[in-house]
Amino acid sequence: MDHELTADLRRHLYETMVLTRRFEERIVGLARQRGRLPGIQILAVGQEAVAAGVVAALRPEDVIVSNHRSHGHLLCRGADPGPLMAEIMGKATGVNGGKAGTLHLAVSEVNALMTSTVVGAGPPLAAGAAFAQQYRGKDDLTVVFFGDGAAAEGSVHEAMNLAGLWKLPLLFICENNCWAGAQRCDEHCPVSDLSLRAAGYNMPGRVVDGNDVEAVFKTARDMAARCREGLGPALIEARTYRMRGHGEQDPQHYVDPSEIASWAARCPILCYGETLVAAGVLTAEQIERIDADAIRRVDEAESFADRSPYPETSAALTDVWTVGPVA
Amino acid sequence: MTAMSFGQALNQALTLAMQADEDVFVAGEGVGVSIHPDPNMPTHGLLERFGPRRVRDTPVSEAAIAGLAVGAACMGLKPVVEIMFFPFITLASDMLVNHAGKLRYMSGGKSAFPLTVRVKAGVGFGAGSQHSHNLEAWMAHSPGLKLVWPSNPADAKGLLLAAIADPDPVIVVEDMGLYWMQGEVPEAGAVEKLGQARVVRAGVDCTVVAYGAALYTALAGAEEAAGKGIDSEVIDLRSLVPLDKETLLASVRKTGRLVIVHEANRFCGYGAELAALAAEEAFDRLKAPIRRVAPPAIPVPVSPPLEQFFKPSAADVAEAIASVMRR
Repeated sequence: MDHELTADLRRHLYETMVLTRRFEERIVGLARQRGRLPGIQILAVGQEAVAAGVVAALRPEDVIVSNHRSHGHLLCRGADPGPLMAEIMGKATGVNGGKAGTLHLAVSEVNALMTSTVVGAGPPLAAGAAFAQQYRGKDDLTVVFFGDGAAAEGSVHEAMNLAGLWKLPLLFICENNCWAGAQRCDEHCPVSDLSLRAAGYNMPGRVVDGNDVEAVFKTARDMAARCREGLGPALIEARTYRMRGHGEQDPQHYVDPSEIASWAARCPILCYGETLVAAGVLTAEQIERIDADAIRRVDEAESFADRSPYPETSAALTDVWTVGPVA
Repeated sequence: MTAMSFGQALNQALTLAMQADEDVFVAGEGVGVSIHPDPNMPTHGLLERFGPRRVRDTPVSEAAIAGLAVGAACMGLKPVVEIMFFPFITLASDMLVNHAGKLRYMSGGKSAFPLTVRVKAGVGFGAGSQHSHNLEAWMAHSPGLKLVWPSNPADAKGLLLAAIADPDPVIVVEDMGLYWMQGEVPEAGAVEKLGQARVVRAGVDCTVVAYGAALYTALAGAEEAAGKGIDSEVIDLRSLVPLDKETLLASVRKTGRLVIVHEANRFCGYGAELAALAAEEAFDRLKAPIRRVAPPAIPVPVSPPLEQFFKPSAADVAEAIASVMRR
């Protein structure tokens, strides 16, 4: 990936955000159809710029540790939408053979190795991955995505302390989407600026507009460069918004509708599309074609997942251990 | 064979594993510079020998230590981390239970977690229940985690080497009271096989099963019973997960009697699983009810007579053997 903001990269950022949005909108529809999707669907609609901007600052060798809102991180990284959708449906052709579902999607093909839905568990795992990179003397890095809610977990602080102490090549990306469950950030966090936490661990803390994909990209790129130089971790707080509630079952009765409307007007995809058209990077026709392409890819993904079989029940007893049968 | 202490045997295993494989590293609280400068401590001298890159003193952060192990293992390193006292494993339990044990399964077998957790355990130091609390049943109950518990120097070396060589997460429990125990230890890296129990005293009247330091209580109890003409067979379980069902069941089918000894609380303890196994698979051969010799459901008390009351004694074992012989 070219790490200057070329026209190609700007177009790529836009395309990956659109694909992510269309993919998750499809899940919204499928979740409403009884029996189509197992489990709970937790989406990151509105947060696409964080995923696209951060991932564009990475190299293929870098590692991603994600969480329950992972679709954007994975799709922007290049994961194939078909096996992702199949996994979300619990099918045998899913990226994890149906054992992960939407919440624990780990896509080793794009180095998204550990996805945990235990809130706050990502940072210690990511510290381990970053340690391995440092141990091997490479200039690769690990990125961990977590939310403002996770920032209250002790494990996040332990991981930041270790990363700061050992100067691990680790980017902590806090996606502050204003809500943790039904609690507003000011109801669960004593500071309004989560990036302040970085000072306690001797690393830089940056706040970035999480709906501005180029701002996210530039900040992630600059902090990644520090990591690669051996200067240690950084914390980036990307301020964005959780448009669809905690999960698809959440009616958001606790949110003032005007708040959602004001963030809808700041939609990272709409705004960036306008920017790119105004800058002459894309035409209105190209915008439409990008959208149509994304919808076609999601159609194909859904069709692939639908056609795919469920796993045989015998598969339930495999993959616990590398060697040896289940106890 | 060379005579050495249990702790030195563990130290030799760590040394051999680190010499043989650059991917092996050791981390934990005080594994490099320790408050116990005793050559019988398992990590004694490793820092001087292998340097601070491979022997990492960590902050007091059990979640981060375990996360370091899980994340680094996912990247292909072979971490050997230490949890200073068994009760502190509760602080690491999310990383072990929800991640080390589950991430391979949830990845659909795409990821592997070749990590080793050494845990210092034991009852009888007057240290109280927050330093003495054997939690093997918690760990054995959690899918994906293996657990071994050596009782002598040769096994300490062999089982630790086996744990490090194993491609899956293994917890090695070390009874601290055994660190100074002397024994003959094979010179080279004789790797034991996980999941193999050993008959340490052959007999025909009653099977007595134990592991770790409790084995010596079981043996002493068997000797006491032998004085009354009862010929017990004593099994050192060595590996709790995977469990060597065959060795245990073969003995129970032969003797028709089973006495289980451990230093963890009896209620929902590991012995309950052994009793259930014998009841499910050897019921028709049992001549007497199964007996468990294990502490009541109380925290480990500090006062010497109370702690002595807590811990199973040879007399308790002898009484249990005699009681099943009366049936």
